[in-house]
Amino acid sequence: MSVAVTTDGLGKRYGRRRWALSDCSLEVPSGHVVGLVGPNGAGKTTLLNLAVGLLSATTGTISVLGGNPSDRPEQLARVGFVAQDTPTYSHLSVADHLHLGARLNPGWDAHWAAKRIAETGVDPTQKAGQLSGGQRAQLALTLALAKRPELLLLDEPVAGLDPLARREFLQTLMIAVADDGVTVVLSSHLVADLERVSDYLIVLAAAHVELAGEVEHLLATHRRLVGPRRDSVSLPGDCRVIDASHTDRQTTLLVRTDTPIHDPAWIVEDIDLEDLVLAYMGQTSNVERNRRSGLRVQP
Amino acid sequence: MIEFRLDSTSGVSPYLQLVHQVRQALRLGMLEEGDQLPTVKEVVARLAINPNTVLKAYRELEHEGLASARPGVGTFITRTLSDASLAAHGPLRREMGRWLVKARQAGLDDESIEALFRDTFRSASAEDVA
Amino acid sequence: MTWLAWRQLRPSAVATFGALLALAVALAVTGPQLVHVYDTTVKPCPSIGDCSDAITAFGNKYNVLQQLLTIVMQVAPALLGLFWGAPLVARELETGTYKLAWTQSVTRTRWLATKLAVTALATGALAGLLSLAVTWWSAPLDKVGTNRFDGSVFGERGITPIGYALFAFAVGALLGLLIRRTLPAMAATLVAFIAVRLVFSQLIRPHLMTPLRATFTLLATVNGYASFNGSTSNLTAGSPSDASLQNAWIYSARIVDAAGRALTPQATASACPQLANGGLRAQLPPAGSAGHVHAVPTQAAGQALQQCVTKLSDSYHTILSYQPANRYWTFQALETAIFAALAICLAGVALWNLRKHLS
Repeated sequence: MSVAVTTDGLGKRYGRRRWALSDCSLEVPSGHVVGLVGPNGAGKTTLLNLAVGLLSATTGTISVLGGNPSDRPEQLARVGFVAQDTPTYSHLSVADHLHLGARLNPGWDAHWAAKRIAETGVDPTQKAGQLSGGQRAQLALTLALAKRPELLLLDEPVAGLDPLARREFLQTLMIAVADDGVTVVLSSHLVADLERVSDYLIVLAAAHVELAGEVEHLLATHRRLVGPRRDSVSLPGDCRVIDASHTDRQTTLLVRTDTPIHDPAWIVEDIDLEDLVLAYMGQTSNVERNRRSGLRVQP
Repeated sequence: MIEFRLDSTSGVSPYLQLVHQVRQALRLGMLEEGDQLPTVKEVVARLAINPNTVLKAYRELEHEGLASARPGVGTFITRTLSDASLAAHGPLRREMGRWLVKARQAGLDDESIEALFRDTFRSASAEDVA
Repeated sequence: MTWLAWRQLRPSAVATFGALLALAVALAVTGPQLVHVYDTTVKPCPSIGDCSDAITAFGNKYNVLQQLLTIVMQVAPALLGLFWGAPLVARELETGTYKLAWTQSVTRTRWLATKLAVTALATGALAGLLSLAVTWWSAPLDKVGTNRFDGSVFGERGITPIGYALFAFAVGALLGLLIRRTLPAMAATLVAFIAVRLVFSQLIRPHLMTPLRATFTLLATVNGYASFNGSTSNLTAGSPSDASLQNAWIYSARIVDAAGRALTPQATASACPQLANGGLRAQLPPAGSAGHVHAVPTQAAGQALQQCVTKLSDSYHTILSYQPANRYWTFQALETAIFAALAICLAGVALWNLRKHLS
């Protein structure tokens, strides 16, 4: 399996103090639709900007499609990017934007781009500044896809869109994946959307990678355990507690394990993607909470 | 032709939802042997889901022997589920009816019966897996 | 990339060149009339007699338009810097469109270089055409008006406006890139441009070429007698109406002896007691005026001055330091080249900065 993005100890510092991303090491396999989730300020935008070469790393390395995400035309041609808030030139028309794409990209598919715009029902003579959020996002996506990239990076492209526009945007995206097999990395807050479209998940929190892996594998190896209240938990060796909460009578755990749990004291439940994401996004604070509540996890 | 839908609140993964929907359609006789399933691109365009999810669902159906892919043409239903299992429904239903009467006589209300059933069902499934 | 750069500039370029065209039409209509008035009133007047009335009347012709052109020529380069330079990068950074531009298959260096080149070309062309029109229109007025080297007109004629405009544009582009916001960048551009223009015209332009020196004998028609800043009175230096000094830029005129020592008030007083004693000071021309004798001295004072000058001219003479008129275009070329070179340097800094630091 080839790798789309590899990072090793990647870090980005703004100013003197603030680390937007630190010690990030991961591999994003190609051929996937990768969901990148995390709270605001977790480093999602920074990671994507580093991958497309808009930013340069403070520490560590990043390799995109085997190349350096630098300022080289050959590299830029292979990576499509849709930035947060889908910026477009407000005083240029939709047709101008397509012309721009044709002028600036050697692999530009003019036929496909024109077809896409026609399908979205946007008047090509309309100024980009007058488009609705959904139409502008469609235009930005068309620009990014018509250059025929191998990797497409999208930074919160659907965040500001209404449900219908969001659905249309994701439909366009998924059809492109079905047609070209383009690898997609998509950052989003909307886990319900990611549940549909992504088959690989990366959770960033507080500038760190908390979790990365294929969605199916992640869901298969995480379980919710519900049982009577206990302060000292004995679990199989490979079992790691991600999240724990207690009431007077009951203890609920979210654990990662590769082996099934047979302890009859626990009710073992499957979890969905949202449970998984929330558990990992809250993990940093949970470590503190667990320490205070006196929970002991025995190895 | 079957039209897929997704319930994002069900907690069931999208690929399993697709598999379930095909099975249900087969049971209810809405799909028959020789029927074509929508192409991957059609499903993707309609539901805005990852094409790999659809592929995986279809592979699962092939694995179960319910469908088969003809390269370049599409995926077709190869057998139906309705006949085999429908026959077994009657006796099972009668047995369960007798069990329900016993549970009521023991003083369980509807909710308790449901909780008991679910718990038992889950334990049995877990043992099967094990 | 050229297409995008031009497409972004096009609306404002069309508007600006439209305004230029309107001005050119106004100048084309009034210009020939100005030439006609010059040819019929000012040109023949020396043969008729006193020219001052004719010159004054001619100078007041199209007064409003003259003032308008002065303003246009002074502010046009700055405006180009403000409205084409400062937003060039700052607007893209503000609106986020740089993320769109930089993720096409074009390096950001080429992106900026093309934007700079295309807009600079339009800037230079605009300033050049404007100056050409204004210089042509003002030619008859400039013949009778102030010295061409004069600070008020040197930068409004010929090719210097091109240099200023390019420089203002480059300042705007670089500051926009560094400040990253359009309005503050515009303000900073205005301040920087005015500062450099002032410093250059006051401190640098006089040193672009070594001035020529010429010596003249003292003449009562040129040299006066006055007191400087309340100090003791002395003979004043002036520049004679010599052909070599016609339209020249005169830096200084000093009265010195053969060894180069300046004429001291004591030497004047001992040589010309009648000047020092008599109450003639007020009646003699004031000091420092180059070329023109402002007041006609009374006869007695004139005689005293004449005697004094004759006496002193044996051992003293006037030394003039000046740039001759034929250096005008050399100065124009030098100043334009320096401003254009500064503009190129600033553009280079902008490109370097974009590569190194904007990340």
